[in-house]
Amino acid sequence: MSFDKTSTTAQDEPVVENPEAAAAAVTAVDPRLLIRERGLTGYIGEFRRKMKAGELGSIPVVIGLIVICVVFQSLNSAFLSAENLSNITITMVGTGMISVGIVFVLLLGEIDLSVGSVSGASSAIAAVLAVNQGWPEWAAVLFAIAAGAVIGAAHGFFFAVLGAPAFAVTLAGLLFWLGFMLQTLGENGTINLDSDGLIGKLTTYYFTDIAAAYGLAAVLVGVFFLTSFLSNRRREAVGIPSRPLSDTVLRTVLLAVVSFAAAAMYNQYKGLPLATVIFLVFLVATDFLLRRTAYGRKVFALGGSVEASRRAGINVTAVRISVFAISGGFAAMGGLFLASKIASANQSAGTGDLLMNAIAAAVIGGTSLFGGRGRTWNALLGVMVIVSIQYGLQLESIAEPVKYMITAGVLLTTVVIDSVTRRTQKTAGRA
Amino acid sequence: MVHVSATPVLALRGVSKRFGAVQALTDVELEVHAGEVVALVGDNGAGKSTLVKTIAGVHPIDEGVIEWDGRPVQINKPHDAQDLGIATVYQDLALCDNIDVVGNLYLGRELRKWGVLDEVEMERRSQELLRTLSIRIPSVRIPIASLSGGQRQTVAIARSMLGEPKLVILDEPTAALGVEQTAQVLDLVERLRERGHAVILISHNMADVKAVADKVAVLRLGRNNGVFEVRTTSQEEIISAITGATDNAVTRRAARTNGEVSQ
Repeated sequence: MSFDKTSTTAQDEPVVENPEAAAAAVTAVDPRLLIRERGLTGYIGEFRRKMKAGELGSIPVVIGLIVICVVFQSLNSAFLSAENLSNITITMVGTGMISVGIVFVLLLGEIDLSVGSVSGASSAIAAVLAVNQGWPEWAAVLFAIAAGAVIGAAHGFFFAVLGAPAFAVTLAGLLFWLGFMLQTLGENGTINLDSDGLIGKLTTYYFTDIAAAYGLAAVLVGVFFLTSFLSNRRREAVGIPSRPLSDTVLRTVLLAVVSFAAAAMYNQYKGLPLATVIFLVFLVATDFLLRRTAYGRKVFALGGSVEASRRAGINVTAVRISVFAISGGFAAMGGLFLASKIASANQSAGTGDLLMNAIAAAVIGGTSLFGGRGRTWNALLGVMVIVSIQYGLQLESIAEPVKYMITAGVLLTTVVIDSVTRRTQKTAGRA
Repeated sequence: MVHVSATPVLALRGVSKRFGAVQALTDVELEVHAGEVVALVGDNGAGKSTLVKTIAGVHPIDEGVIEWDGRPVQINKPHDAQDLGIATVYQDLALCDNIDVVGNLYLGRELRKWGVLDEVEMERRSQELLRTLSIRIPSVRIPIASLSGGQRQTVAIARSMLGEPKLVILDEPTAALGVEQTAQVLDLVERLRERGHAVILISHNMADVKAVADKVAVLRLGRNNGVFEVRTTSQEEIISAITGATDNAVTRRAARTNGEVSQ
């Protein structure tokens, strides 16, 4: 192989007195490796290389969001108002939560079609317990989320233990839990929730103190900078490649601009919404789980190669069941937010385009349908696109059928982008 | 040969395995000592891979006994084998394409610090390991998908070394490698023996077997067909054991070409 040249030159080199330089010579990188140059030109070079190699990441969706904002703002100046943006970010939490669960399932390379119905069933369970049975609302909420997780685990059992295709199992789940919800809601079909109760407050409570939004933004930025900085210092200390400080600072500044702009926007309206805080907490927690823990590594491994995972001693069955349980649990939480938005559990909960939107959000955000690639932040970006389009069309008083068709177009576009980039990545040796 | 202890690290006694209507292994015996390289050879379908998988815990055995350090053990799942100190490098590599080199090296035994993956330590040790094994890859932070076949093989072998195993099983380690890397892998095998590891080497390549193995165990149609000392056995004897006859395609071909040369 072409290694030979480098290895012989390394051996021919005279012995260096400085041990550090000697170590550097041994670890000398393969000359074919493309390392990013430092500085701004380096960023541009890397960006162009990634474009060519099909590593688009979140770039298409960010561009999409900007296009959406420009188009709808030019059509109606109310689109970028604090009130509209604040409402968008609250409305998207329900679908977004479901989408976070979908990201987990997609990472396995599987699909969960039952999440819409499970979200509806869970909201019905919570409503029956809290309103009809007189349970305290917190207990009803916890029970409903646990029920969602158990339902998901049951789907996972049929898939992982009995070997039925996840597609078919969750398709059965879709119908079964829809029927279960209708049965649970009974004759009336609608159970009204106390709008001042816990579930009601989920989407109506705001931290009105302006310090809350700015404080949260400051904490986010501070924690991001500290963790990046400390991890880089540790990497430098043990002598493995680390990011230059300028890189960390640039990322932190970008995050700060976005966070404080959002905080200022919230404070112009009613303040920081509780729903947003909860959504952010779960996004940070799931991102941590997937990328920083052994469990997350197992999920990615299963998405890469089931056989390799099995041979590495990973309990494939347990991980699969747990992922479907997570999907069910997040579907239940999403269902509670959706019920909170309309202050009731009714027969149309979890139906219509909810399932498609939740899956579309994960895919639009950049999670691969083919498994092994994605982050839970994808759910946030994707659901932002979908809900923004819905709100923008609503401002233009465009009817529901057209909304469906436009959302479908967006989904198709992203799936095509996913497939094409995957092909490009294959030729570039990255998939 | 390096000094060999009396009790074998691993001993198979009368091991059988069947898949439905196929009797894959019948009464197979095998012994491997510390500091010894045993080559496991046999034609395609002789049961080499199945035997390796039973030792590695992928397929539990149906009959027979597996002895580890002289006492019988149960190996029912890959973790059992790992816990005993058996590391396996498979022919089809068993790496995850979407995960980077560090992640693959530590897959299933991630280093943790307060329950969180210790990426820095894993990356540092990965570089150290690759350096001591003289393995050259562009970066330990690129996904396996970006590596060539030979590079993937070296990563897979490096991975088996992480747990300081007592027994290393290499399934066709040089099949996909270039000349230089084949030599590196054979060096690596010798280094393992010097460090007192027991090694089972599956290979189709008689040159590799003659180069590094101490003993050759031949499988034929799922049964033992002889164990030979490499130094005192000719290649022809091994080949006739593999094919089951002294008159086989290989010897006929050899006789023919020799005849042509002498004419």
